[in-house]
Formats: sequence, structure tokens, C-alpha cells
Amino acid sequence: MSSLAISLLDLEADAGVCFEAEDYQKRPGKWCAGCGDFGALNAVKRLLAKEQLQPDRMVFVSGIGCSSRFPHYVNAYGFHGIHGRALPLASGIKLARPELDVFVVTGDGDCVSIGAGHWIHAIRYNMNMVVMLLDNNIYGLTKNQTSPTTPLGYSSMTSPHGAQLPALDPLQATLGVSNASFVAQTADWVPAHLYATLEAAYDHPGFSFIRILQRCPKFTPDIFEQAVKDPARTELLVHEDGVDPPGLEKLYEARREHDPKDIDEARSLARRDDMIRLGVFFRDDSLPVYEEVRAVPKVTPQEKINRLNKEFERYAV
Amino acid sequence: MIRLCRLENETLSSVATKDINISEVSEHTVEIITNSGEGAQKCAQIFGQTCAKMGNGVWTVEIIPAEIEPPHHTVTSTSGNIIRFGTDKVTNWGDQSKLAVAFNDQVLLSRHRLDSLHDNCIILQESLWENHEDEDIRRMYREAMEEMSSKNYRFVNVPIEEEALKIVSNPSHGKNMFALGLLAEIYQRDVSIIERQIAHIFRLKSQKVIDSNIELVKAGAAWARENLDFQFHIPSVPAEEERIVMNGNQACGLGSIAAGMELCSMYPITPATSVSHELAEVIENYGGIVHQAEDEIAAAGVAIGASYAGKVALTVTSGPGMALKTEFIALAIMVEVPLVVLDVQRGGPSTGLPTKVEQSDLLSSIYGQPGDAPRVVIAPRSIEECFHSMVTARRIAETFRTVVIVLTDANLATGVQQFTRPELDVRWQQGPIDQSPVPEGLRPYEWDPKTGMSRRIIPGMPGGAHTVTGLAHDELSLVSYHPSGNELGMRMRSRKLAVFQSTLMPPEVHGDEEGDLLVVGWGSTHGAIEEAVDRARAEGRKVSSCQLTFLSPLEPGIKDIFSKFDKVMTVEINYSDTVGDPYITEETRRYGQLAWLLRAHTLIDIDCWTSCPGQPLRPKDIYQNIIAKLEPSQDIEIGEAS
Ligand SMILES: Cc1ncc(C[n+]2csc(CCOP(=O)(O)OP(=O)(O)O)c2C)c(N)n1
Ligand SMILES: [Mg+2]
Repeated sequence: MSSLAISLLDLEADAGVCFEAEDYQKRPGKWCAGCGDFGALNAVKRLLAKEQLQPDRMVFVSGIGCSSRFPHYVNAYGFHGIHGRALPLASGIKLARPELDVFVVTGDGDCVSIGAGHWIHAIRYNMNMVVMLLDNNIYGLTKNQTSPTTPLGYSSMTSPHGAQLPALDPLQATLGVSNASFVAQTADWVPAHLYATLEAAYDHPGFSFIRILQRCPKFTPDIFEQAVKDPARTELLVHEDGVDPPGLEKLYEARREHDPKDIDEARSLARRDDMIRLGVFFRDDSLPVYEEVRAVPKVTPQEKINRLNKEFERYAV
Repeated sequence: MIRLCRLENETLSSVATKDINISEVSEHTVEIITNSGEGAQKCAQIFGQTCAKMGNGVWTVEIIPAEIEPPHHTVTSTSGNIIRFGTDKVTNWGDQSKLAVAFNDQVLLSRHRLDSLHDNCIILQESLWENHEDEDIRRMYREAMEEMSSKNYRFVNVPIEEEALKIVSNPSHGKNMFALGLLAEIYQRDVSIIERQIAHIFRLKSQKVIDSNIELVKAGAAWARENLDFQFHIPSVPAEEERIVMNGNQACGLGSIAAGMELCSMYPITPATSVSHELAEVIENYGGIVHQAEDEIAAAGVAIGASYAGKVALTVTSGPGMALKTEFIALAIMVEVPLVVLDVQRGGPSTGLPTKVEQSDLLSSIYGQPGDAPRVVIAPRSIEECFHSMVTARRIAETFRTVVIVLTDANLATGVQQFTRPELDVRWQQGPIDQSPVPEGLRPYEWDPKTGMSRRIIPGMPGGAHTVTGLAHDELSLVSYHPSGNELGMRMRSRKLAVFQSTLMPPEVHGDEEGDLLVVGWGSTHGAIEEAVDRARAEGRKVSSCQLTFLSPLEPGIKDIFSKFDKVMTVEINYSDTVGDPYITEETRRYGQLAWLLRAHTLIDIDCWTSCPGQPLRPKDIYQNIIAKLEPSQDIEIGEAS
């Protein structure tokens, strides 16, 4: 039998291994009880099991923060980097190895503050990766400092009399960047929606940005309390090209048909603060991804040497 | 008419022809000085190439104005080139120019004020300004000539613009080639080589452009033939081996391709940018790309990400960009991801002197990280070494899973020199990314306690899934706050450098192995230092020099070498205090960066002479300071580099 046949057999053998969600949990998450990050981890595990992703073929990249501990808990390759800089690392990985699945986990300080420059540009590069912004409206790891997404007037250790500035809305910002290709919002307390959004994000060929509203029981327990208790404050954006997980109709009566192709409506919905809106705001699967834009034909080492020797002719004395 | 042009330190012989005196000299330095945008670079590039092709040693340096389009005909608009060429190998820009072609009096004046022109410099000067219709221009001309009358310059008026206008309608696009013709005649250059160069440089332009440029060169040569009574002959020795000629940034760029690097991520910064220009033009033919990131931090991050994923990556920058990359460099060291960083040093601090040379990033490159972050720092000493340093850097980075910083500078970046054509080796290239299964039980940091080295696991390798972290971690890459665990990690990362150091050879000594004074330098000052030392040795002085390439870790045997000399002094292009200045004593003095390092390393009382004029050091200034160090009693003026 040819070696090709052998590798096909291997593939079948691989296919025989079936990963359960729990197989993707490397070790128990060490977040506070009630932390929304657990919800995100559970949804990710479900997604990986659904897609049957090989732990060795994916990389979870993060910055620094409570949320950025995420890669340590997933059975996959992981790169727990430095504060604010997960996206450049992830971009480098994807540029070098487009075949690897790349997931980025970042916090509101990590992404919207110190990493804001990278965030804006990563949206524009549009590389195929899933980016989860775990937005608890506060700096968790460093113990309760105001973040760019902290609501106006909300107090913290650095703004004891309340945040002086209106919050920066990551959705509006993302939707404002040229070349944005997937923008969604979900919440850790609506697991079905979180999971469905992740699925859609993974399915999208490009930079899938998901803002996950995330409860922090320690420092911002009250911020999402009303929303959790009173589903009427939440509107689901539904569409056949977006997400509409079954079983939520009863609890979340406020539903709006929103076509994710409609960037103007997406922007105007993101601007409104009358309700929390969960769903896919914008999606365009047709935009080119940077790793393909920059793809160049492979050249063998020997061919490189030949070409470089030719190149030297330009400089020959 | 026969005239002898007397030039110091050079063998002269005068060969009389009809009425032209040809002086044979072993070398000459020529300047072409113009407003920016008048094509001095092209003129010099072709002239330098032609000299190299004719078998002369060549070194060219750019004179770059700080602004893109400075106002013309002012002392700040000076743009140009210095070409030093000789019979033998030329390793630096030398002392002063012996001949200059100046397109106006103001740019010439700026060179005079920098003391760049030899006392007997022959100046071929545009004749347009002396009797210009504009009174202001005439006055400026008179004042400039008055100021320059302190020297014995020999002025020759040349109607450069007038002659160029006979061939082209826009003199700004023609004067440079006319000037090239003047030089071609004065130095008996082979015009057919020049013609081929012109055809190559303007290959994207029309045949008409090529023809008119050639016509201009011929016109310049004809003018010189008819009107000048002197020429210089610089014998050449055709090279035995094949050679190539390029600047240091081109050498680094091509070196990185030879080293198999497939990603260069960068953010534009002078004087490093042209490495990426060079690469951007060709790297895609080699399966690689240049990624222009949103800033230097991201550029480092992308390179680390790519390298982590198995590609060999490079990030290129200069001082201010190095500062921004600091945190990422520490991360690469901590997670033991190989990374090559090229820092083309410029003048600092802050925005400093963006286009000018300095060697002030040495200590920050070695120590400029939070915590203890040992890494390798190397400094090529010539343009040839720029090329090979990239191959070496990649090899070290991967073998030791660490960061290698390559320090060049603006002098190497824009200096042009020919060197032996490298013999490329396919083993320098990257093979396929290792995707073999990870042996059962192999830990992500399976440090060999003796060497600190461990096998690198790359994403995609079956059975290897783990998370790397910039937090203190154990061999399993698990976050660990354990006191002894942290110390183990520190020790292992450091030990790798000791192992690497053990593979190095002691540095070579230029001159005798013992004597009164050892001059120690690093990087681009190599040629100038050796030339100065040779000058002193020719007078019987017991001086030697030693040019270091490996700065972290240092090459072995340094203390032994130093101990054989009465005095040791570093020569560097950076700042140090001068004892005797207000508040400055032996105790308070801040030393040059290499001196600081070597004092700590050897416990020897090493002195330094440093200067940061924004120019390469000149052999004559180094020479003067050698003499001053040897004979402190003698009242010799200690030269600030001019
Ligand atoms: C360069 C740098 N600056 C500051 C810090 C300290 N720091 C660590 S995490 C963090 C904020 C984390 O907040 P967020 O990103 O919202 O993550 P969370 O902990 O809330 O999940 C800060 C300021 C750091 N590690 N590095
Ligand atoms: Mg947060």
C-alpha cells in the first residue's frame, strides 16, 4: 500500500476518536465562584466538541487579566502573553500557520484599553480567528479599577466617586472600523445564546469579534444584575444569517429581526442604550482575510538558494 | 602646464601629459554635495559601483538632510554622498574629502563648517551663483567664500547647470549626471561601465531617459577634459574572488533571506526602514512576507507569534522602536521562543538624530527589560558581517530558544562596501516545521540541568498541547509561585548563555598581543579604529586594538587579553563624561557603554574615548586620542570627532 493510503487510514483512526466537551478541559478554572468566565469556558468546550477539533491543531491566545487565564484551562496549545497584546501574537501565529484554529480571549482592560490599538488594527486585518472579549466592565485581576467600559458614575478603587467618563462601547467601536467582518454580543448568563454565537463566530471565515457581557461577582455584581433578573430588558437580534437559538423565545420575548448584512442598522442598534441587545450585529463572509491576502507560494530551500544566488547578480562587482 | 597636486600621506608621482597633470594616489575621498532632490545619491551610487567594478576598494556614506524637502540653497538642505575609494580595501569613510563637487555655495559651506573638507580640497563649484542676477544670492555667495577662505581650498568654477541645460530642460534631472562625467574624467573611470549602470538604474524609464543621461555623463567628461589641468590615478587590483557591493541594510535584508527567515514584521523607522524596503521588494519570491504592523509593539508580537508557531521571524527597528518592544522581548525570553531583533541604531535619546549614527543602545539591548532577561547581543563590524550576522542570529536563537539582538547602526546601514560574495548553504534555510509527535512524557521545558536547554515544542505537534505563559512557570509550563521553582527558571535561562559563551572564541587582537595601549571597540567603528591604530603603529607606537562582536555574552578570554596591555581604552560613538568638566571626577564620571560593561566584567580600570557627533568616527580623531592616551603629558588637542 502506498504511504498515501496509510495516511488515509490514520485519518480514519483519528476520526474514530470522539472528544467529549469535558475532554477539552485541561484543569479546573480558577476563577471566583459565580464568575462569568466559567460560562464562556463551558460554551467553548461545547463548541470544540461539536467541531471535534484536535487539541494539537488549535491555539488559545490571551493577554493578562482574570479572563486571560482562559488558555490554561483548555486542552489545546495556549499562549498566555502580556497585557493587551494577545492580538499581535495571534496574528503572528495565524500568518505563520493559517491551518491552525486560533482563539483569542481578552478582557475589557486588555482589549479596549491597553490593547486598543491592536484591537482596531486586528479588526482591519480580518484574520480568521474567534475573539472573545470577556467584558466585566472592570479590571478584575488587579482588583477593581475603572475600565473603559465601566459605566459612567460607577465607582471603583481608582474612581471612588464614580467613573468620570461615559463608557466606551466596544460594539460601536468595532462596527466603526473599516473591514470589520463579524461583530456580535452575547452574555454569560444566557448559555444557549453564548454557545450559538460562538458557533456562528467559528463558522465565519474572518475576524469574529464577540463581546461577552460577563458578570464579576466580586467587583461589579450589580452591573448586570437587573439584566439577569429581568429578561424584558434584553432584546434578541434574530435572523437566519445571525443566531436564533431555540428555547429562548419564552424567556426573551423582545426579539428583533436584524439582517447582519445591514451595517447601518447594526450601527444604530449598537448606539441605542435602551436595552441590552444580544445577537449578531454584523457579518460579511465575503471580505478577504489577511493571511490569504498575504499568502505566497512555498519555495523549497534549494530554490531559495538558487534565487538568492541570482539576486546577487544585481549586486555583483 | 604641469602642476603637482601635493597630497599628504600619499605616494605621489606626477605623470606629465600634454598639459594635464595626473597624480597617482593610493586613495581619494570625494564628496558630491547638492540640494536634496538633485540626484547626488544616483551619481554617487553609479560612481561607487564603477570604482568597485574597476577593482578599487570603496566605502560610500550618505549625507542626509533631516527634512524630506528642505528649502534649497541653504546650509540645511545639504544632501549628498561621500565616496572613499582606494587601491586596497576601504573599511571606513576616512578623514576628510580631497575633492568635492558642489552645486551651490550654501551646501558647500555646511560641509566646511563640519570640517569635512581637507585643507587642500579641490572644489568643483557651480559657477552660476557668483554673478547671479539676484543680489541676495551674490551676497550669500560672497559671504560663504569669505568664510571658507580660512582654508586652502582650490576652487574651480564649473558651469554645471548651463552645460546640463544644453541636454535636458530640467537641470535638477541632469546636473548629477554631468557631475558624474566630471568625476569619470578626473579619475579615468571606464565609461562603458557607467553606461551599463545607467541603463540598469533607469531600466524602468524610457530609452530616451537613458540616452540623455549617458549624453550628460559624456558632456561632463568632455568639459573636464577641456578645462581641467589635473587628474588622479588610483591603481586598482582586480579582485581574485567574486564580490558583491551593497549597503548594510541591504546586507541584513538579504542575510535574513539567506537565513531562511520568512516573516519580517516591522514599523517604519529611520534608519532601519530600508531593510524592509529591500525585503519588501524580493522576499515574496522566497516564500516570505514583510508585515507592516500598526506599531513596533505589534511588530514584535507578530514576530513572536510566528516564531512560536514554527516560522523563523525577524523584527527590524531602531532605538525608539526597541524601547517599545521591550516588554515583548522579555516575554520571548521568558517563554523561550526564538526571536531575531535587528536594531539599526541611531542618535538618541528620544527622537534624537533619526538619520545619524550612534552606538547608544548597547546597555539597553543587554539589560533593558523588566526582571532578569538574559539574551544574546551581537554587533556586526562590517557590511559583510551584517549579512552573515543574520544567519548566525537565527541559528543561535533557535538552538538556545532565546532572543538574539543584532546591533548595527546608521553608518553600516547606509555605508556601501564590496565584500566576498557569500557562499550560500542550504542548511541555513528552514526545513519543514517540526510536526512530529511529542515523545510521551516530554515536558514543555525539559531543562537539561547542565545546559538549561530544552526541546522546543511547536503547535501542531501531536501530544504536545500546553500553554506557555509569561508568568513564572515550572517545567510543565504551569504557573508556579514556588520560590525554588522561580530560581530554577532564572538559572536555566541564564545557563543557556553560559553554554553559548563556551562555544565562542576569544576575540582577535589587531597588532601585537601586548603593548602600551589596547583600543577596544564594537560594531561599525572597526575599520576606523584599525586605521587609526595602524597609523600609530607605523610610528612605532605599541598600540593594538580589539573589536568585539559578541556583547552578551561577551567573548571569552577578554580579561587575559586586556591584562597584557598597560592601558585599555574603549572607543565608542556614544556619550561619556570628561574628567575635569564641572562636577566630573574619576568617581562621578559616566563611562561609555562598552567601557561600563567591560569594567564590570574584568574589574580592570578601563578608560574610554567616546564621541557622539552624529557622524561616524574619523580615523584621525581616534588616532589623536590614542596619542593623547599614550602621552597624557603632551599638550595635544584632544579632538572631538568632526
Ligand atoms: C503592562 C502592564 N500593565 C499593567 C498590568 C497590570 N494588569 C494586569 S491585568 C490588568 C487589567 C485586567 O483587566 P481586564 O483586561 O478587564 O481583565 P479582567 O481581569 O477583568 O478579566 C492590569 C491593569 C500588567 N500586567 N501589565
Ligand atoms: Mg475586565
